[in-house]
Amino acid sequence: MSKDSESNKISRRNFLGKAGTGIVGSTILISSIGAADKTGPDLAEAPPIDPKETDILNLWVNGKKQKLKINPSSTLAEVLRNKLNLTGTKIVCNQGACGGCTVVMDNKAVYACHMLALDAAGKKVVTIEGLLEGEELNHLQEAFIEKDGLQCGFCTPGQIMSAYALLLSKPNPNREDIMEAMSGNICRCGAYPNILDSVLLAVQNKN
Amino acid sequence: MKDFNYIQPDSLSQAGKYLSNRNNDAVILSGGTDLLSLIKENIYTNENVVNLKTIPNLNNIKYKKGEGLTIGALTKISDVAESKIIKEKFTVLAEAAKEIASLQLRNMGTVGGNICQRPRCWYYREDFDCIKKGGGECFAYQGENKYHCIIGGGPCYIVHPSDLAVALTALDAKVKLFFDDSSRIIPIHEFFILPEDDYLFENILRDGEIVTEIIIPDLPDGAKSSYIKIKERETWDFAVVSAAAVISKKGSNIKSGKIAYGGVAPIPWTEEIINKSLKNLNADKNEIEKISKIILADAEPLEKNKYKVILAKNLVKRILTNLVLDA
Repeated sequence: MSKDSESNKISRRNFLGKAGTGIVGSTILISSIGAADKTGPDLAEAPPIDPKETDILNLWVNGKKQKLKINPSSTLAEVLRNKLNLTGTKIVCNQGACGGCTVVMDNKAVYACHMLALDAAGKKVVTIEGLLEGEELNHLQEAFIEKDGLQCGFCTPGQIMSAYALLLSKPNPNREDIMEAMSGNICRCGAYPNILDSVLLAVQNKN
Repeated sequence: MKDFNYIQPDSLSQAGKYLSNRNNDAVILSGGTDLLSLIKENIYTNENVVNLKTIPNLNNIKYKKGEGLTIGALTKISDVAESKIIKEKFTVLAEAAKEIASLQLRNMGTVGGNICQRPRCWYYREDFDCIKKGGGECFAYQGENKYHCIIGGGPCYIVHPSDLAVALTALDAKVKLFFDDSSRIIPIHEFFILPEDDYLFENILRDGEIVTEIIIPDLPDGAKSSYIKIKERETWDFAVVSAAAVISKKGSNIKSGKIAYGGVAPIPWTEEIINKSLKNLNADKNEIEKISKIILADAEPLEKNKYKVILAKNLVKRILTNLVLDA
């Protein structure tokens, strides 16, 4: 195949690059074969466009205004992780049941894996990365370290974001308040007692 | 998740027109907490998803003494759970709202979406060509039916999953529906339908029809209400059995009352014979015992859910005791 395709000035790499763009790509491919003998713009070098990224999303993430081109069926968690590289937000169950993807949107905890990114249009989203104060960890993060509020740590960003949302609405929660507000976050290691202690310590340190 | 287009209408009229055109193959998106599950599991494969959240005036709670309460269909469930007037006056509704899923989902899910959510039956949710999905039979009938209905079933044996619907039934709520640029208001018991009438759907909504508001008549001063939900774990679970009760008292007697049950039938269930027997009842321990014995008298449990009958009877005893005797 290589000789034939070289004579048509289409390399395997170019071919994949073009074909990978789907329906739009195939039209470009056909027209570029026809134009192969004449010199023209090398369309294969153009940045690949995902034709499914049809919608514009404007939102605030960690205080920064973002304008993104996204696939309308993307979840908020996918956009945070894949478009903004904010991989602290974990996709665990991917069905809005475990809390690993919890972020805070307009001051309330939500499951980022189970909402469409477009539903966050115009909203203010805070992820675990947004809790950093310069190079300093947030007092909640410090408390989780001090009280060992984790074992494997995979649920921790979600746990901390739930706690963060709770403290926004209720700065002095008691044990029961914390248990209730964080019951949508599952810890498979079962570090619950230490998670509770961590949040209580954060409350105490803040006061 | 399968790809779809996100349609953003500016008004109810626009949304209704788009949704009622069958060529558009469209589905309503409100909070999305159930819809996204249905799309992720390939149960819904619609090409277009129509977001209602930015349509104005669908997200509010209003109370007027003597008239009652109205709740916009796009109101978040957490706003119902935390509303001062609902907690004080329509306690059963606030308690039901607080029992739903987890805080994150209550912050996302809406009242309208909650009453329109699809059943949790595992044959429906998983890869079975069951009757509700247009297949030939209900696999729960002779299969794994621990969580299925004990009354009102056939040919499909789901239970209705909504907590709010049970509370709203006890409160004699009405549902406002928008269709073709006009609105109609129907009692909530006419909104839900049994599988014997239509096993493909749980309510009467037509293509393009949108739930816009819940209307709850005012309760007399001193009325008391409560919602108790039995679930297999403390949080984030659907009801095995639940009960909602609204009681008005006169002295030590119950003046009038209404009880609705969740987790027992394909619709929120209420029994006129029980509601009538609450009228002018001298509610002591014996009378409550008598009532709990006759509820769900026509129940026909399946092989693995006979426990639900006992659970429901005890739940009614508990909820009436709490409301009447421990007051």
